[in-house]
Amino acid sequence: MQEPDLSIEISSLKMESPLMLASGILGTSIDLLRRVFEAGAGAVVTKSVGYEQRTGYNNPTIVEVYGGYLNAIGLSNPGIKEFHKELSRSKIDDLPLVVSLFGADPLEFREMISLLDELEVKAYELNISCPHVKGFGAEVCQDSKLVGEIIEAVKTETQKPVFVKLSPNVTDIVHTAKLAEDTGADALTVANTFRAMAIDIETGRPILANKIGGLSGPAIKPIAVRCVYEIYQNVDIPIIGCGGVVDWEDAIEFFLAGATAIQIGTGIAYEGLSVFEKIKQGVKDYLIVKGKRSVREIVGLAHGFR
Amino acid sequence: MVSDKPRIVKVLDVREESQTVRSLIFEDDPCSKAKPGQFVMVWILGVDEIPMSISMTKADGLAGFTVRKVGEASAALFDMKVGSLLGVRGPYGKHFTNIIGDVMIVGAGTGLAPLMPLSEVLTQNLSSIYMIIGGKTIDEFVFVDRARATLSKTKSEIIITTEDGSYGTKGLATDAMEPILKERQIDMIYTCGPELMIKKVLEIAQEFSVPIQASLERIMKCGIGICGSCCIGRYRVCKDGPVFDSPKLEEIIDELGSFKRDHSGRVAMI
Repeated sequence: MQEPDLSIEISSLKMESPLMLASGILGTSIDLLRRVFEAGAGAVVTKSVGYEQRTGYNNPTIVEVYGGYLNAIGLSNPGIKEFHKELSRSKIDDLPLVVSLFGADPLEFREMISLLDELEVKAYELNISCPHVKGFGAEVCQDSKLVGEIIEAVKTETQKPVFVKLSPNVTDIVHTAKLAEDTGADALTVANTFRAMAIDIETGRPILANKIGGLSGPAIKPIAVRCVYEIYQNVDIPIIGCGGVVDWEDAIEFFLAGATAIQIGTGIAYEGLSVFEKIKQGVKDYLIVKGKRSVREIVGLAHGFR
Repeated sequence: MVSDKPRIVKVLDVREESQTVRSLIFEDDPCSKAKPGQFVMVWILGVDEIPMSISMTKADGLAGFTVRKVGEASAALFDMKVGSLLGVRGPYGKHFTNIIGDVMIVGAGTGLAPLMPLSEVLTQNLSSIYMIIGGKTIDEFVFVDRARATLSKTKSEIIITTEDGSYGTKGLATDAMEPILKERQIDMIYTCGPELMIKKVLEIAQEFSVPIQASLERIMKCGIGICGSCCIGRYRVCKDGPVFDSPKLEEIIDELGSFKRDHSGRVAMI
């Protein structure tokens, strides 16, 4: 039998593999992003960049818990101008590079994109869902009017695909998803980490310096799968599933729920960079057993049941 | 359920290594089994969590690290007393691989921290060790007595260099390498210290075709290879290092000793 086809397209972004690197993991330098691409990622997303430089929170910024990791890095980033300089001096034309951006208002997003758009950035992902930084991220996601204004502003500034990364820390994620679609998003990344915390019982202290962070990893996978499933029933644009994918079975679940692509982040903490090739092989084997020629054939299949 | 959270330990002993350098000893089984060159993430409660090279391990479950007072976090560690509480995660990272043969160790300041347990392992292997310890001036030296005691167990030589000539030979640690390398076949060079010194050690090692292992330092946040803060070239110091061998060092030679990233990820010249 012919080798199953893993290639997908999300808007104009063509990917050899539906497995992407999630934002916030290893996305600090182009060299590292390239390494992840060479390890088998179909596209790589940078760590979120904002208008101004931010040093982020003090450590501890990451702690392992049962079923995943908590993090509160605090959107540390070099600032858009410095980031632009770094992209300018790097060879990125052959890299399926998605730049993740965060900002407080439509103007910040527009200015960042107008600066980056001349470069070989293949797509943007709007991080309106970071769960632990005041004034950015999930606080934006809770304000429907603001979400719409940001997406519309960004779409007037660029022809490139715009993905919107949604927060699960809202009452109704489907509502935000529909709003993002209506205001011009080309795809949705579903979802981000969940607000959570861990306390050291010996000293009684919250472990993260920021006390509250975001939970990622296997513990959140069923919730993220549910988010993808519900959104798939209500929107037509592609969904990028994100949350706790560690092995190929996890990836298949997301495809069946309705994801066209999936992102891997915390999976790297458990499996290392070989996680991409391992999942790719597992997905191929599954497609062969199920008699499918392409991964595209299984997207949303879980919806066929009454 | 087991997860890799900080383990709270008590400081059992504080050793004065110099006016600005102290070693803290604590009991922790995983850290006591660390290999030379590995590091531990040390949580200074309410302040920060920073990577520290393990500078001492004992069979009875004790381990220690060595801190120089420089910033807020290291000053807080420096001021810890017997009985103070700390969190530790690890040990993490790639360690030095020891060989049997004639080796050279080049270190300066607290860069000697991971090289001390290494030299102890190497003497057990009966390797001949040429140890070069450099510093700006006499007050900055740490571990010299410990090195002498360790190296007395094998055929070895300790060479001290200072930039101002106040102790040992006047000059840089790297100046002392060439005379030895011209005279003898050295099988491996181990180094840790200021990055410009490491770069020079690498260049001299390349000239004499001697393999090298160097322990590098970058700002670390997660310590487990996912956040990317400690990137150097295509590598992560916490996971692919901190000990790098010659092929990897040659790959990152443009970045080595020239720039690193601050907490925001912004590039800063060294």
